[in-house]
Amino acid sequence: MEYSVRIGGEAGQGIQTISSILGKVLVRTGFHVFTHQDYMSRIRGGHNFTQIRFADRPIACSRRQVDILIALDQQTVDVHRGDLAPDGLVIHDSETIGRKYDRPEFIDVPARRLAMETAGKRLMENTVAAGAASGMLRLELAPLEKLLSQTFAGKGQEAVDGNIAAARAGYDFVLNNCPRCAFTPATSEPPARRMLIDGNSAVGMGALLSGCRFYAAYPMTPSTGVLNFMAGQSRRHSLVVEQAEDEISAINMAIGASYAGVRSMTGTAGGGFALMVEGLSLAGMTETPVVIFVGQRPAPATGLPTRTEQGDLLYVLNAAHGEFPRVVMAPGSPEQAFYLTGKAFELAEKYQVPAVILSDTYLADAGWTLDGLDAARIEYRDHRLRADALERLERYQRHAFTESGVSPLAEPGASRHLVVTDSDEHDEDGHIIEDAATRIKMVDKRLRKKLPLIRAEMEPPRLYGEERPEIVLAGWGSNYGVLKEAVDELRERHSIAMLHWSEIWPLPATDRYDYLAVLRRARRTICIENNAGSQFARLLRSETGFQFSNRVNRFDGRPFLLEDMLQEVGKIIG
Amino acid sequence: MAETVDFEGQQPAWCPGCGNFNILKSFKAAMAELGLQPHELVVVSGIGQASKLPHYTMCNTFNGLHGRTLPVATAIRLVNHDMPVIAVAGDGDCYGEGGNHFLHAMRRNVNVKLFVHDNQIYGLTKGQASPTSGRGMVTTAQPAGVLLEPLNPVALAVAMDAAFVARGYAGDRLFLQELMAKAMRFRGFALLDILHPCITFNRLNTYRWYQERVYRISDSHDPSDREAAFRLALEFGDRIPTGVIYRNERPTLEELVPVIAGKDPLVHQPFSRAEAETELKRFY
Repeated sequence: MEYSVRIGGEAGQGIQTISSILGKVLVRTGFHVFTHQDYMSRIRGGHNFTQIRFADRPIACSRRQVDILIALDQQTVDVHRGDLAPDGLVIHDSETIGRKYDRPEFIDVPARRLAMETAGKRLMENTVAAGAASGMLRLELAPLEKLLSQTFAGKGQEAVDGNIAAARAGYDFVLNNCPRCAFTPATSEPPARRMLIDGNSAVGMGALLSGCRFYAAYPMTPSTGVLNFMAGQSRRHSLVVEQAEDEISAINMAIGASYAGVRSMTGTAGGGFALMVEGLSLAGMTETPVVIFVGQRPAPATGLPTRTEQGDLLYVLNAAHGEFPRVVMAPGSPEQAFYLTGKAFELAEKYQVPAVILSDTYLADAGWTLDGLDAARIEYRDHRLRADALERLERYQRHAFTESGVSPLAEPGASRHLVVTDSDEHDEDGHIIEDAATRIKMVDKRLRKKLPLIRAEMEPPRLYGEERPEIVLAGWGSNYGVLKEAVDELRERHSIAMLHWSEIWPLPATDRYDYLAVLRRARRTICIENNAGSQFARLLRSETGFQFSNRVNRFDGRPFLLEDMLQEVGKIIG
Repeated sequence: MAETVDFEGQQPAWCPGCGNFNILKSFKAAMAELGLQPHELVVVSGIGQASKLPHYTMCNTFNGLHGRTLPVATAIRLVNHDMPVIAVAGDGDCYGEGGNHFLHAMRRNVNVKLFVHDNQIYGLTKGQASPTSGRGMVTTAQPAGVLLEPLNPVALAVAMDAAFVARGYAGDRLFLQELMAKAMRFRGFALLDILHPCITFNRLNTYRWYQERVYRISDSHDPSDREAAFRLALEFGDRIPTGVIYRNERPTLEELVPVIAGKDPLVHQPFSRAEAETELKRFY
């Protein structure tokens, strides 16, 4: 059992309100929900939509085919009608969109009139629509009413009552006027308690639980959600959040905060990361731990600001002048985003290197249903020297040579020892040097000693499907969900598996799991990426010599939907 | 109690006779005068001759990138508002490369002291015009002379309503020390623009040139009078005033950010995993 609901309209019409209410109600009713958003770079007007797919089993991507289309404007009907399932229905308000449809699949819900009649507010037509959709799906009203009370509690009893009345009106109208509404969703009884979380919130939660105490950023889609999340947590969790004047400042602030003794983070999109690159190199040279969230969107330059792409992988791997180790994590789901943000903080601090969390617009906004997130799985160890432990040292050198290349990281001002670091090449004390011998030792320490240690911490790619597949669908980052479901669909007829990389750099070694052997054994290896240049395929080839037999690329700014993926893969494997 | 000698650092690599030597002397004496120990303060510097200063004294040091002193210094103060934080930069560093950070540091009024060694030229790259170079100055990069109007950092700071604006001169060492101490004692962001000759590359603004023009502002000037301050700030030619030009004490950023206002420094506040974990509830 599964259904997809798509809600379309102009920016500012309240698409988000309907989808977040409906998504949460479905989760609380016991379904697995996947939501994703498609919006234009504007505040009002244009054409935006969100999609809610739900099922009685775990799901991980969106479908093209929709069962219920909620059209808040005429354009939604025009653009999405072709995606309607054979038994699909369109909810619309003929008064709002200014056109009546004399076809059985069109259900005319007078949302505006019902909103005015029940709540006296036109704005509540969205709540009417949410109620109507719930009615079509024959959901219980109670979870919707409870959610509305919780959502609008802050706005007073009148708002709560109005919304509940509006939802009921939509619900009842559909029950009485939609004989064709034959959706029969089945759920577990009683419903399991599950969460609905998007990629950006998962990164924020991961950061919070990793002990992040300082976040500086300049707003930029699709990273702004992380800034907003962190700002919202600031007061409750001793977290300083500063909106910087530019991204150059943001990363330098994050580095300054880390030097002063707390875990810190910054976040941006590809364009803002371009401004941070100088600071990235500074973190490399001064061996200052810092976590950088990079949300990819189609570029070059401003590109398609609100859309998605995986075009910044090689850029993030190679950005910055000079040679120094870095960590790059590319989570494939909010769950991975949560745990890998934790790991990014841990590795950044343990090895005193910059760590990048590479996401994209699709993952940033997509909502996944999870059984839960296990905070205990996020390691939190304070690797810094503080107070007594520091004071007791006979001598302290910020960049002391050690066996591992990792020097003790001390909190400045916490003892009589001075903490000195420099963007110039420096000696163990942190003071400027120019001599060749020290330079060689410092490069050995910073780069050559640490890199293999970090590599050993990286998890190999995840195999899903056949253990010895003839066909491998390879991917990284946000394509995780759609690749996984594609394997589910194709498994009956093919010996197939997904190989998915979420810990990208340093490229995981093959000693624990020989993923190269899996690839070499397979008859077809298809690397699937949301970019034009097959960046991961190029990376794997340059690092290991392995060449994929086929590549699938999508670079129109849209994510792969399940049908698209099956079609593309089908062209190759037949 | 620390003495000047406790702030002795490495041997400076500046040209003999450089104005920076006097600034360094004033710095060490001012820190000792304030009763600070080297480990009790942080100096953040950028890139340029001025930015080598922390290596030539004793202090916690973050010698970062060209132009980027203020973001680093701001964050250090937000993380540890018990610790005095000084940003040391040059005129190219702070007013050129770091111009945007300078503007916003004044808006933030974070309690950071900004000492700008302003010699009206680029020294480290051997003699190109800086944002404060006078019009007509001929350099290797400006063979037709500087065509741009010089930036007046002091007037800009008064216009921005910066909390504390002062100008010093390396040739008036004791007065400079006094101004440094005043800036340090002030509660809020403090700009101290320090004029000093570059004896190697700046043939125009020599010791003699400054000596003939620089004077101490009279005690009758009221630094809280913004109009009077602006008149003084605009005076840069035959006469160049030094001293505290403008003062507008108001709450600092550290006193306004709710998480740290009136509380322990962030770095010493406990982190509770259990409390953070409760935030997961909102997603159910």
